[in-house]
Amino acid sequence: MLSRVANSLYWMSRYIERAENVARLLDVNLQLLLDFRSLDDEKLRAHWLPIVQTTGDQESFVKQHQRATAAAVADFMVFRQENPNSIVSSICSARENARMVRDQITQETWEELNRLYLFMLSPQARQMWTDSPTDFFNQIKGSSLQLIGLSDATHIHNEGWWFSEAGRFIERADKTSRILDLRYHTLPTRGLPKSVSQMDTLEWSAVLRSCSGWDAFKSIYGAEVHPRHVAEFLLLNEDFPRSVRFCVERLNDSLRRISGVSDRRFSNDAEKLCGRLAAELQFCTIEEVFEAGLHDYIDQVQIKLNNIGEALFNAYIFKAFDTDGEEHFVQQEEQQQQFKSAIGNRKF
Amino acid sequence: MTAVVKKQLNQLSLDADVANGFFDEMFGREASTLDHYQKLRGAFNQITHDDFKTKRNSVDLAFLRQGVTFNVYGDSRGTERIFPFDLVPRIIPAKEWEHIERGLVQRITALNLFLHDIYHEQRIVKDGVVPEHYILSGKHFRREFVNFAVPKDIYIHVCGTDLIRDDKGQYMVLEDNGRCPSGVSYVLENRRAMKRTFHGLFENVGVRPVEHYPQELLKSLQHIAPAGVAEPTIALLTPGAHNSAYFEHTYLARQMGIEIVEGRDLLVRDDHVFMRTTKGLRPVHVIYRRIDDDFLDPTVFRRDSMLGVPGLIRAYRAGNVSLANSIGTGIADDKVMYYFVPKMIEYYLDQKPIIPNVPTYLASEEADMKYILANLEKLVVKAANESGGYGMLMGPKAAKEEIEEFRKRIIAEPRNYIAQPMISLSTHPTYVDGGFEGRHVDLRPFILCGEKTVIVPGGLTRVALRKGSLVVNSSQGGGSKDTWVLYGDE
Repeated sequence: MLSRVANSLYWMSRYIERAENVARLLDVNLQLLLDFRSLDDEKLRAHWLPIVQTTGDQESFVKQHQRATAAAVADFMVFRQENPNSIVSSICSARENARMVRDQITQETWEELNRLYLFMLSPQARQMWTDSPTDFFNQIKGSSLQLIGLSDATHIHNEGWWFSEAGRFIERADKTSRILDLRYHTLPTRGLPKSVSQMDTLEWSAVLRSCSGWDAFKSIYGAEVHPRHVAEFLLLNEDFPRSVRFCVERLNDSLRRISGVSDRRFSNDAEKLCGRLAAELQFCTIEEVFEAGLHDYIDQVQIKLNNIGEALFNAYIFKAFDTDGEEHFVQQEEQQQQFKSAIGNRKF
Repeated sequence: MTAVVKKQLNQLSLDADVANGFFDEMFGREASTLDHYQKLRGAFNQITHDDFKTKRNSVDLAFLRQGVTFNVYGDSRGTERIFPFDLVPRIIPAKEWEHIERGLVQRITALNLFLHDIYHEQRIVKDGVVPEHYILSGKHFRREFVNFAVPKDIYIHVCGTDLIRDDKGQYMVLEDNGRCPSGVSYVLENRRAMKRTFHGLFENVGVRPVEHYPQELLKSLQHIAPAGVAEPTIALLTPGAHNSAYFEHTYLARQMGIEIVEGRDLLVRDDHVFMRTTKGLRPVHVIYRRIDDDFLDPTVFRRDSMLGVPGLIRAYRAGNVSLANSIGTGIADDKVMYYFVPKMIEYYLDQKPIIPNVPTYLASEEADMKYILANLEKLVVKAANESGGYGMLMGPKAAKEEIEEFRKRIIAEPRNYIAQPMISLSTHPTYVDGGFEGRHVDLRPFILCGEKTVIVPGGLTRVALRKGSLVVNSSQGGGSKDTWVLYGDE
């Protein structure tokens, strides 16, 4: 498959996943605010800035907004086209990538993504957002989930499909880790917190809800929400489809399907790094994570995810085509070609 | 039918106003419905206004959702628009189509012979039929390719020839597009939309299908694979997602099941073309390029081209990759060459042209020049190498300053201008502001040259939506219609 096409498929699903995660995060936190009383500017800042940070755009937000109100944050993260990670930007980017590989994706997928794009740019989107933010976010989430379903159910599971899977899971792993990191300032640098206030409990529940993990969490840990359990669940759970471990394992699986190399070996840096991270998450306990400090641990995970993404790019997309090995390969191809034409031209 | 029959009832009536002096596709010259439109008229007169509006909206919405759009240049936000689509189909009876088809096959055969000739022996020049200086001064004549043998001697593989009808209903050729004609995706999408919207009507009327176009195109591309390549890899080369016809490029690639590539996806090694894939380099044998000659290879043509592939021309010359259309076909699009096409048909085929040209005056011929300058306010002046409705003077509709401006330009550069009488395009009932009115139309059939010459029945009917306008180009406010070629004559 064309390298450029693989790249577009990868980014298309990354951006869709990104839009969905931002929608989820904002939805939950807007609702959470309803439970608080007497919010001054300082408290609002403390609440919203970490959320802005999950998309890595704190600096430009602070520059543009004096007060971190819900409306300002939401506008910045939903409709601001200048913010490359806003929902609208993510959807535009996803659609732009889809347009470049229009011949590779199914009609159904294209139409749904295009519908979402047209909706986001229409006045109805703002109207819906004003009337009921939850309805609005449900639109985004629903559309993203529909796209995942369509991709799974209508797209042939070929190399390109695995690239889009890789994009989805690397993005989801990263976003889950960032959402988990939201409340790190309430935790000690190392070790577990001594006590958990009612306010903390609400906020940690919001973290779970932001990952659509509330129901799954309850079924395993019961209704008591302790950061230790939340972190264990979102980082190390084997079966929850948004946990970092689950995503990294899926990413690893996708990489293997792309190259056809079994998971006992590796054929490029992306596979090596991803296999390593998967093993680490598999053979690690939450006590060890807190001992190292949750925030630092998550930082490391994010760096590793970035490295995997970069290695993937180098292995498949931005290949240097003028190394000796490559030259040799090209020559071989050409020789075969010439051999074929020689036969083709021979007349008896 | 001089008086408009605007029914007060909530019932449609196709019986549109027929503008005097033009031939109407549905009513002819006598203002009575022609036989091949009877069934359509019957069916449309059953539809209520509200129904029709609903159908229209749902078609527009479907186009928008499917992304059947073209990009508008000069808009930094990268706006995409749908190509306005009119639900009243243009109908061509079998006998008429047979005539058109024969005429087009004759024309493309002559054009391909002409291109082969001027890039080889130049017999037509030596025999004094086409003056040498016209060819040598042609902006798109590629003298570097003289004596170069193109695969299977086919120069134009895909041609879009624009046809119009005069006030008597006679078909005439307005121009040939032998470089990268676009619009065929709309032919296919318009048909799909019409089938969804009026499925009952098709059975009743008997319309010949168009859906096999991509397969036929693929066959003609396979036909020119380099010698010895049994299973050629074929790719469509696009300028990229910001090109106005990008939708069409992806559409055709998808329908043919071939790769769509941009210049940066390709590279040339030892005169062979490869594409960069996730598994390394893969050879490419045939390129259906939707990029003009000038941008194909920055080492040969325009150095600033970011769209092309360095070394592509060397690979082409070495015979390792085939291009469709071939390089150098632009000379056949030259409006001065257009003037000579009827002569080419007589010279190469020893036949009379089946479909005539529009009368044309060459500014570089002394007598013609005199006539042009004396009659500018009556004539349509066209630049020899522009398309899309650009570089044109509509004498009867132009302001005085504009005419004078063109006068200067023609005198300064006579080779670059031709003139034609104001052409009367036929009209067709078209839905405008809640009723049907006659609007001017043309027809662009798409001709494929491979082992055989194939023309998918019909083509793109473009319609000038502005009242009285004769310019049908999408860039100038034109729309399109589905074109129905019938199995029979009514």
